[in-house]
Amino acid sequence: MNETKKTPSVFWEGVRDGIPIALGYFAVSFSLGIAGRSAGLTVAQGMIASVLCMASAGQYALFTLIGASASLWEVAVVSLITNARYFLMSCALSQRIDPGMKNYHRFIFGGVVTDEIFGISIARPGYLDPRYNYGAMAVAIPGWSVGTGLGILMGNLLPGRIVSALSVALYGMFLAIIIPPAKKDKVVAGCVALSFAASYAFDVIPRLATVSAGTRTILLTVAISALAALLFPAKEAAENA
Amino acid sequence: MPRNYVYILVCFAVIYAIRVLPLTLIRRPIRSVFIRSFLYYVPYVTLAVMTFPAIIRATDVPAAGIAALLVGVAAAWWKGSLLQVAAACCAVVFVLELIL
Repeated sequence: MNETKKTPSVFWEGVRDGIPIALGYFAVSFSLGIAGRSAGLTVAQGMIASVLCMASAGQYALFTLIGASASLWEVAVVSLITNARYFLMSCALSQRIDPGMKNYHRFIFGGVVTDEIFGISIARPGYLDPRYNYGAMAVAIPGWSVGTGLGILMGNLLPGRIVSALSVALYGMFLAIIIPPAKKDKVVAGCVALSFAASYAFDVIPRLATVSAGTRTILLTVAISALAALLFPAKEAAENA
Repeated sequence: MPRNYVYILVCFAVIYAIRVLPLTLIRRPIRSVFIRSFLYYVPYVTLAVMTFPAIIRATDVPAAGIAALLVGVAAAWWKGSLLQVAAACCAVVFVLELIL
């Protein structure tokens, strides 16, 4: 593998790819802010929670628990469950770190392994370049926290049609990440199709629909990835993982 | 209310540990072909599970979400960038919800 490229433009590549993330975050966090408002959070509290946690389902759960005056113990356990998927993502990222990377980078960009930032950083070839992540973080973190703050401040002022349109931005980005590799690798294509089908089943079958979205993501990720790894030990994985 | 900050800090501490521990503790390439393959498939499966059917639940009109999914797949297939694919999906939803 080549040595990580050290050009200043890597940061700006991160900014460029972070813009659609920030737009999507703005829409999602705006509705998160509305939930925070009904839980009794101040604008400052909502924005601080967003900067620190950078997690949609996790923060939604946090705000709900705050509204219900839950115990701190409950907050810890629920945070563990709703965010456990990040553990898998960080394990995957650990295999893409240049052994020579300075230690402190792991502590900085590691704290902001969101679904989307994970997606765009794993989509790049070779070793991770922390400056790419910093570029994406530079726009994604403000997008997420300002959206949360405005949601708390303004409640339902933004026209619903705009919120509705912006809310698919995140999924569009996910598609931009998973479809090109699926075009090249039939096993990846099969994984994507199976994931869609299984996730849909969990959504519509009444008994399975009681499983929370976070738990569903973990269960299906482990099951389908393990199945694929057993049946099709990836040649490419040996080179790239 | 200061107690809210305690809640936020507990949540942050848990999330931060989940994210940073694998990055700091796993220091060498994993040799097991199974685990390597598993980690290779993880991102695609995770993102796929989170995309569908969430995309058709996110919009006010479900049909607009389905259209966004189809347009997004097509745009990504023809090598659209992240921004292009995301913008195409948003535009489809915005236009369709004006009409429908």
